[in-house]
Amino acid sequence: MSRRHVVVLGAGPAGLAAAVAALEAGARVTVLDEGERLGGQYWRHHEAITDRRLQHGWERFERSRDRIAAGIAEGRAVLLQRAAVWRVDVEPLRLHALVGKPDAPGRRRVVVRGDALVLATGAHDRALPIPGWTLPGVTTAGAAQALAKRDGVTVGTRTLVAGAGPFLLPVAQSLAIAGARVVEVLEASRLPRHAAGWTARPWELAAAAGKGLELAEYARSLLGQRTPYRTGSGVVRILGERRVEAAVVARLDRAWRPIPGTEREVACDSVALGHGFTPRLDAAIQAGCALTEAPPGSPRFVVADPDQRTSVDGVWAAGEITGIGGADAALAEGDLAGRSAAGTPHAALAAARRRRDRTDAFARRLEAHAIQDGWSSWLEDDTLVCRCESVEAAAIVRASGSASRALRLATRAGLGACQGRTCGSSVEALCGERLGLDARPLLAPMRIGELLGGSEATA
Amino acid sequence: MRVVVVGAGVIGAASALALARAGAEVVLVDRAGIAAETSSRCEGNVLVSDKGADPAVRPEAELAIASNAMWRSLALELDAERGDGPATELEAKGGVVVAFPQGAAPLTAFAEGQRSIGIRAEVVDGAALRALEPHLSPEVELGVHYPDDAQVQPSLATQSLASAAMRRGARLVLAEVTAARMRGGRIVGVETTSGAIDADAVVLCAGPWSGEAAARLGARLDIRPRRGMILVTTAMRQRVFHKVYDADYVGAVGSADAQLQTSTVVESTPAGTVLIGSSRERVGFDDRPALAPIEAIAAKAVRLFPFLAETQLLRTYAGFRPYAPDHLPVIGEDPAVPGLFHASGHEGAGIGLAPATAELIAHHVLGSATALDPAPFLPGRASLAEVAA
Repeated sequence: MSRRHVVVLGAGPAGLAAAVAALEAGARVTVLDEGERLGGQYWRHHEAITDRRLQHGWERFERSRDRIAAGIAEGRAVLLQRAAVWRVDVEPLRLHALVGKPDAPGRRRVVVRGDALVLATGAHDRALPIPGWTLPGVTTAGAAQALAKRDGVTVGTRTLVAGAGPFLLPVAQSLAIAGARVVEVLEASRLPRHAAGWTARPWELAAAAGKGLELAEYARSLLGQRTPYRTGSGVVRILGERRVEAAVVARLDRAWRPIPGTEREVACDSVALGHGFTPRLDAAIQAGCALTEAPPGSPRFVVADPDQRTSVDGVWAAGEITGIGGADAALAEGDLAGRSAAGTPHAALAAARRRRDRTDAFARRLEAHAIQDGWSSWLEDDTLVCRCESVEAAAIVRASGSASRALRLATRAGLGACQGRTCGSSVEALCGERLGLDARPLLAPMRIGELLGGSEATA
Repeated sequence: MRVVVVGAGVIGAASALALARAGAEVVLVDRAGIAAETSSRCEGNVLVSDKGADPAVRPEAELAIASNAMWRSLALELDAERGDGPATELEAKGGVVVAFPQGAAPLTAFAEGQRSIGIRAEVVDGAALRALEPHLSPEVELGVHYPDDAQVQPSLATQSLASAAMRRGARLVLAEVTAARMRGGRIVGVETTSGAIDADAVVLCAGPWSGEAAARLGARLDIRPRRGMILVTTAMRQRVFHKVYDADYVGAVGSADAQLQTSTVVESTPAGTVLIGSSRERVGFDDRPALAPIEAIAAKAVRLFPFLAETQLLRTYAGFRPYAPDHLPVIGEDPAVPGLFHASGHEGAGIGLAPATAELIAHHVLGSATALDPAPFLPGRASLAEVAA
């Protein structure tokens, strides 16, 4: 049995799977998560309100939750919820967290020590800037879904869902179940490419069985609502005086440039935008983990070896930070990472590796939905790209011509309250350069007073 | 005459402008771009308040007084040239140095010395101090007001200096300097990762990397990095009106102690954020965000402005300050490599000292007139050789 103390950062599918696997391998486990409830974005829920039809693989969630509860009862597991981890040190391994309601005074300052760290910090959903996207009634697809799942609330009564990737389907379904009319679902990727991505390897779709069933379910639910699902289309402008009143929709070419003459107006009171995901890398970057290379504006990921080890000794990674692959991949990667971090030797992990490898097919299909450069052509000079600091597209494009990275930072794009979490990728795409916005010395905002007076250590 | 300026931080950019104005053909070389390092990782201080009147440091005080005046006219010129917005964001908001009860006597003595060399330094207490900074801790009893302290937005100012130089014919080359081109014992250009550049003179303005760069050019220069960390809050209603710092600052900059030192420097920026600095540590080029300085800076800042305890911290950043063993800037021709000129070692004062440094460089390289005394900053000075040996 392992005698290691495995620290898991994040309690979505990857983190929960890692925690359960490490407990099974005999390790002591501490899980830190910023949320009020376990489950991350994928299993976002509210005990009383959540409609079970909105959840997938819920039994797996319940099993994981119960296994961790049993670990706590045995004295082998510690769960820190509402834990804002603001700093990760790896030599020696220490996670610094503030525990408590984010806005309330008196959060506890905690330092967690351990032998191994599994990073399972997940991803933010990404929305590309669009003229009019700051109007009330526009949300990210993830925010719309979170409201529907956790609170049973919709963002409007007639909602346009637009962006790219299969995630748009569960979002549309959640909104429909929560009571909104989904007027259209617009997928920016073109049909031929899109269809090739999803149907060229039907045997792989069958292998990712859960996923195939899920998608079939979504398709049926869209049909039931008579919601058109259009590919090669996107929202290029959102209209309204005080809030969303309509959206201009256009056909997009392969590079996602709007095709002139195809614009039409769609009446709606809300728009949910989701153009894929941005992995939450800041903890991995602070830990010093090597990342993959990618052009500015495209996501980079944590490099992981066959057993989910990162380039840093004692640090593993699982889930969306190692590649956007959905919940099945996150579960399989978390399971493998948790076992490996607990000390299970490589030779004994062959079955876990095979389970993980089977989920790769879905991840590869997601590549068909990758953001294409032409999106910037729907921007107007005064479209806000960085909302925290009110920086317009033209200011960023102007600064991108100079030899000074400092000058691009002087536009303040990405330096506001969200620290580039919302706009960073778009700003870097427009600059044509990585600005290091995802290297955050403070992983979470904190009050200055919370730095004073020492901290409580948990071993 | 062609001059290669190595390093496009504030010292290199200001030197390029001064040389171009005096008629030289300037090639500005940097491996990472304009204001890529120290000049974009600092507070943009244009201070006289931290300059002491002691004989050992008085030359720097005099340089700072002259440079402070130069910045004001330079900022106006750069604004006028740019035309479409502020070129430096110069804010002549003044500084207030404060003392907790036990520190009042040393501070007033320090200020008296400063007045004797022409620095405006007015002792303020009670109502006058609260009128300047109403949110200061009641613990603070006494302060000194320095009306001439100012700040610029350092990256913007550096960019504007470089742009002004380029409008006068200077050329920017993005490349790393790898070696000197020598002829008859004299430097006649540099080898770079983008090829060779011939020159009649080479000015080395590589900030904390000046020692390493000097070695590549066959010279010996003892310049080392000192890490400074700065905390940034979220934007808020303005409650800090000057550069406010405690009197320890002077000790931290001038100190030879390798260990972490901090003194609080608190100020608001035009963006509404509050910058809180600053630590000094000798840790080589380690830019990982360290915990101890962040905690120490936070504690001192809250002691100065109690309201800061409840403000949100958004990020921290670190920069490397170049310093020489005797803590004076190094400006002038290398004693062993004719044609090679140094301009570095400004520690935390490079932004403020840039215009005067550039004037001295134009004097050394081109023989331009200057009213400044170049002697205390020459690379061959005794205090540098003794300590470095």
